[in-house]
Amino acid sequence: MRLPRGGRIDRGQVLSFTLDGVRRTGFRGDTLASALVADGALRVGDSLYRGRARGILTADAGEPNAFVEVAGLDAMRPTTTVELVDGLRARTLSGKGRLDPAAPGGGATFDKAYRHSEVAVVGGGPAGIRAALEASADGARVVLVADDTELGGSLLCGRDHADDAWLAEATADLAARDDVTILTRTSAIGLYDHGYLVAHERRSHRHERLWHVRARRVVLATGAQQRPLVLAGNDRPGVMLAGAVRTYLNRYAAVPGERVVVATTDDSGYETALDLVAAGVAVPLVADARRRPPPALVALLTDLGVDVVAGALPAATHGDPALTAVELDGRTVACDVLAVSGGWNPDLALFAQAGGTLRWDDRRAAFVPDVAPAGVTCVGGASGVVPPGVFVPYVAGAGDPATWTEHFLDLQRDATLADVHRAQGAGLRSVEHVKRYTTIGTGSEQGRTSGVNAAGVLAAALGLASPAELGMTGFRPPAVPVSFAAFAGRDVGHLADPVRRTAIHDRHVAAGAVFEDVGQWKRPRFYPRPGEDMAAAVHRECTAARTGVAMMDVSTLGRIEVVGRDAPEFLNRMYTNAFAKLAVGAARYGVMCTADGMVLDDGVVIRLADDRYHLTTTTGNAATVLAWLEEWLQTEWPELDVALTSVTERISTVAVVGPRSRDVVARLAPQLDCGNAAFGFMTFHETVLADGVPARVARISFSGELAFEVSVASWYGTALWDAVADAGRDLGITPYGTETMHVLRAEKAYPIVGQDTDGTVTPIDLGMAWVVSKRKDFVGRRSLRRADTARPDRKQLVALLPADPEALLPEGAQLVADDDPRRMVGHVTSSYRSAALGRTFALALVESGRGRVGGTLLAPLAEPPIRATVHEAVLVDPEGARRDG
Amino acid sequence: MLLITCPWCGDRDEPEFSYGGQAHVPYPADPEALDDEEWARYLFFRDNPAGPYAERWVHTAGCRRWFNAVRDTRTNRFTAFYPAGAPRPVDGGGAS
Repeated sequence: MRLPRGGRIDRGQVLSFTLDGVRRTGFRGDTLASALVADGALRVGDSLYRGRARGILTADAGEPNAFVEVAGLDAMRPTTTVELVDGLRARTLSGKGRLDPAAPGGGATFDKAYRHSEVAVVGGGPAGIRAALEASADGARVVLVADDTELGGSLLCGRDHADDAWLAEATADLAARDDVTILTRTSAIGLYDHGYLVAHERRSHRHERLWHVRARRVVLATGAQQRPLVLAGNDRPGVMLAGAVRTYLNRYAAVPGERVVVATTDDSGYETALDLVAAGVAVPLVADARRRPPPALVALLTDLGVDVVAGALPAATHGDPALTAVELDGRTVACDVLAVSGGWNPDLALFAQAGGTLRWDDRRAAFVPDVAPAGVTCVGGASGVVPPGVFVPYVAGAGDPATWTEHFLDLQRDATLADVHRAQGAGLRSVEHVKRYTTIGTGSEQGRTSGVNAAGVLAAALGLASPAELGMTGFRPPAVPVSFAAFAGRDVGHLADPVRRTAIHDRHVAAGAVFEDVGQWKRPRFYPRPGEDMAAAVHRECTAARTGVAMMDVSTLGRIEVVGRDAPEFLNRMYTNAFAKLAVGAARYGVMCTADGMVLDDGVVIRLADDRYHLTTTTGNAATVLAWLEEWLQTEWPELDVALTSVTERISTVAVVGPRSRDVVARLAPQLDCGNAAFGFMTFHETVLADGVPARVARISFSGELAFEVSVASWYGTALWDAVADAGRDLGITPYGTETMHVLRAEKAYPIVGQDTDGTVTPIDLGMAWVVSKRKDFVGRRSLRRADTARPDRKQLVALLPADPEALLPEGAQLVADDDPRRMVGHVTSSYRSAALGRTFALALVESGRGRVGGTLLAPLAEPPIRATVHEAVLVDPEGARRDG
Repeated sequence: MLLITCPWCGDRDEPEFSYGGQAHVPYPADPEALDDEEWARYLFFRDNPAGPYAERWVHTAGCRRWFNAVRDTRTNRFTAFYPAGAPRPVDGGGAS
């Protein structure tokens, strides 16, 4: 029912909405919950687990029952926090939301904003307003975060309007201050170290914003929340918090019932009773748990004809299922609403998240702030200024408490007093363990209505006088429910992560390449021709590289220039092999280890000048390697004269690979003598290409074939690609992708760091003892003779040839030996079909692998199991005869 | 989310930085002179105090410089920021 006058609603603006298809109306200023209360629709969705009828309990974000999904906004929200707008469509949920994967966020807009301030104030009530006014008095930047649609907090919910003038003046004053940002409709959801506050703003039902605020000081004016009373049948529609009844009545002029019984443990129930009587609502009874309630308050009510019973609370409810009566000391009192106050909890969720500790205050019957985190202050209700009262964690029923399955503690989780007793009976004494065992406080209300009562029930079961020594369960963000879409903001789709494309990318798209992600790079995986699948395309590309000529865009390799007088010494210390004596104009393959001797990265280093090297890294490892080199230079060897520069994106490189590659490069770079004598393996030359573009040409091979890498400034990248394609057209030059590159290198047992290694593999395990210098120290060297690293039975890289030449071992497949099929002796790291071998093959890390050559292993979990022969790792051209063409 | 004071760039949010573990654990001057246990101590053993801890940070998304900080692991309160290579400040507090 709506009162004929009063409330802070705008009766001139009628808003229509639908809930579950039923059309209803409310006024501007209503929440969805208050419109439903005014419409007499207290009952909401049934409970999630036990299917019990439930009603609106609260008027705030602690609501455990009344959840809806608002059309167009893909999130579960309590009706108590949904601002009513015209045309709103909502659907009742039974305590469990659902995500529509096809329309994440429901099509609404989500974004983020960042703000720095001297002071952040959380809470728009009188304490928060006062704190913001004081903080900004000397010109400090202040952010004021308030859940509600307007400032005022508890001042909006009272019957008398004595503070209205102050509120209007203070609000106008704050709004006029340039350095004060007022965020209404905004819930603080997390408070972290050093004043970092995250808040969720509901700008409309189509637009939400996540605020990140960094403040020097944080003032928590988060108020206090009323606890329900735990008694038999306390979950019926019609049982409401006394403060919520008062809020609906005074703020929204919405009357939840015709006969309201009030049950309270503190003074606040009297305010509710007085306001109800003043509004003309029948209040047959006020039950106060205290034996000696304040006589003045009692007199106020008895003068109005209200029966006040001291030292008693209702023990049970009746209804079908909505409330029709309560039981008190053997008598049945008819009512359609039971307004309850079980005391007040200062809202310390943010305080505790940020590391503040709580202590039990017997007089306040509440956990109050104890030690505050640095820079955090509580004011108002949050500081512990709540109405004093007695702590009644539950009203006893008949018989054994372990059988009280209708004394509800957590309505959202359908958890009862019996559940806590069962947990305690199972030996649990910690509130954290009981929380997990019973799920009390794990719902979106996060223990707001249930936590302290549950702690009180556990304390009583353990024979403790109060929950003081049990403490409270931890508080974790988000303090109130927030949709995933709000966290994602605009970082979705192509904005989720930066995409890196080479200068030649458009040519790959035009050629119909299938791409794969390598780190943030998009790399062509293969170039299918019409009708080809990956296997067919890769077979064709591999054949071209081994028998004719093929080309690949290798611009994604990480490139770092190392410059300075001490560059030779520095590289000697970082690579397992020696670089100080590398000749200018020459190239050398190198391996880096971490201090524990495990392979970190590999690549080719060329020496450009006495004091200048250019090194390449694995595509996905470029940032890691640069950071690694910087760390050693800065923290261990700052005396070295060395500078590092990432040049990855300055250079485009095309690899020209295959027996006919020399012909192509000779046409491409006519000034260059490409013969073996003049242009040896692992050397490079600076030249000018036929089209006038300066280039660096190196004889480097990642396939074992005769091969060249041609590098130009990246703005000539596409021109280079086109020039190589033109120069090789009559030779059938074939572009190839990463898949073919992987097959070609695996046939030669060239490892891919991160695929064939996993941070537990040494260069010796890879069969590359030759790359480990015996004559100089390098990072990781000492570890190579640690007992564990020098074990002969370490996993070593070998090749596997499946008995069935068509069987492809799954990468990652575990391997066992025949003598003990229960023990895993290794795993497959790479597995392909080889055009050169005319069969499948794999690389694997196998215990004592090199000692098993000629033997067989089984991959028992492949479907069907695959038997394979162990082979020396290099399968194609083990003598290295092909690299000179 | 920590607020970290880079000695060169000032106060910045934690995501701009990378963590480097315990500070003042120098690379041994002659690793080959160490026995396995001594080397393992350098590689694997670090303090884990409940209290002030001297630790390394690098301003990865800023100036890319390494520096040291003293942080109380119980409260995350920083009491000192100082360049790599500098000694731990006497007033940085704590035992570790």
